[in-house]
Amino acid sequence: MCDTCGCGQGEEITIRKPGEKVDQHTHAHTHDGSVHSHSHHGADGLHHHHDQGRAVLVEQDVLLKNNLLAERNRGYFEAKSLTTLNLVSSPGSGKTSLLEKTISDLKEQHHFYVIEGDQQTMNDADRINKTGTEVVQINTGDGCHLDSSMIQNAIKKLQISKPGFLMIENVGNLVCPALFDLGEEKRVVIMSTTEGEDKPAKYPTMFQSADLCIINKIDLLPYLDFNMKEAKDYARKVNPKLEFIELSVRSGDGMEQWYDWLKALIRV
Amino acid sequence: MHELSIAMSIVEISMDYAKKNDSEKVLEIEIEVGELSGVVEEALDFAMEAAIKNTPCEGASWKIIKIKALAKCKSTGKAYELDNLYSACPFCNEYGHDLIKGKELRVRAIMVE
Repeated sequence: MCDTCGCGQGEEITIRKPGEKVDQHTHAHTHDGSVHSHSHHGADGLHHHHDQGRAVLVEQDVLLKNNLLAERNRGYFEAKSLTTLNLVSSPGSGKTSLLEKTISDLKEQHHFYVIEGDQQTMNDADRINKTGTEVVQINTGDGCHLDSSMIQNAIKKLQISKPGFLMIENVGNLVCPALFDLGEEKRVVIMSTTEGEDKPAKYPTMFQSADLCIINKIDLLPYLDFNMKEAKDYARKVNPKLEFIELSVRSGDGMEQWYDWLKALIRV
Repeated sequence: MHELSIAMSIVEISMDYAKKNDSEKVLEIEIEVGELSGVVEEALDFAMEAAIKNTPCEGASWKIIKIKALAKCKSTGKAYELDNLYSACPFCNEYGHDLIKGKELRVRAIMVE
């Protein structure tokens, strides 16, 4: 189904490794801008009573299917001794650079697998591929987040043979990915000093669901008005248990602390 | 626009339950949405219009029942209502709390033909 209009045309999501081709889905239909009629749903919030209708009690969580699949993924990761992280942030905070640097620095000691999520392009997977790491790219088409079934399909493509880290780079978006458990062990939210320090207040759901907050690009602090304390205070109001690591992927400052945090997660 | 995936799940759940109750047609859907669920009511309305098209839910009406958020302060143990995730406890001004209500995202009931 088209993720924008629900028109039922075509499957938008593609999952592939670098170098693999897929048939491009061309989405050639128009949205004619016709007025959406909201059947029976009056502006006053009242709804019609259906005389012939039968009431059925449902009481089902809407995200149940996603959450069940996420638990299944979690079980798989545990069985494979994979430490899985879900990296979330707004676009441009440096998620892919952080991954590249981390993998380059640690790949001699630890095995890495990567799932990249973007609406379009293989660019991020190609960047990770250059580090010699097994990577699968999920293109969500118009979709704004990864979900647990996409991850389930992506891990089938990864040849997971050794224990190590599975890094899932979510679609750059601080809103939608917050609601979707992928089966990760830890959720890491990345913000950068070039963003406003009130990001955690503006996107509280994401910061509330995260375990660690990385504040990237600290090498730029002398040139910016970014208030580190204020940023952390905002985040702690939403999530008092949130941990923080300040670093710069570019200068390397703070990276050791991040590596220590990662290593502490490895299952014994 | 994660509301579209949410709406599509709502339609799927409604169709499942209609089928289990030997019905081909959903007339009405009642959805419970917690105020801190991360779902915007207007966006969900918009997404529902799209999601019901060409399904047994087409033509159905839906009702969004908002659920007010309620938290329990970790320090005082007192319950308080809150409008956002960064509301301090009104009794002690601390931020640590457990949410008791407000994260709901549930299909409560449907009306079938």
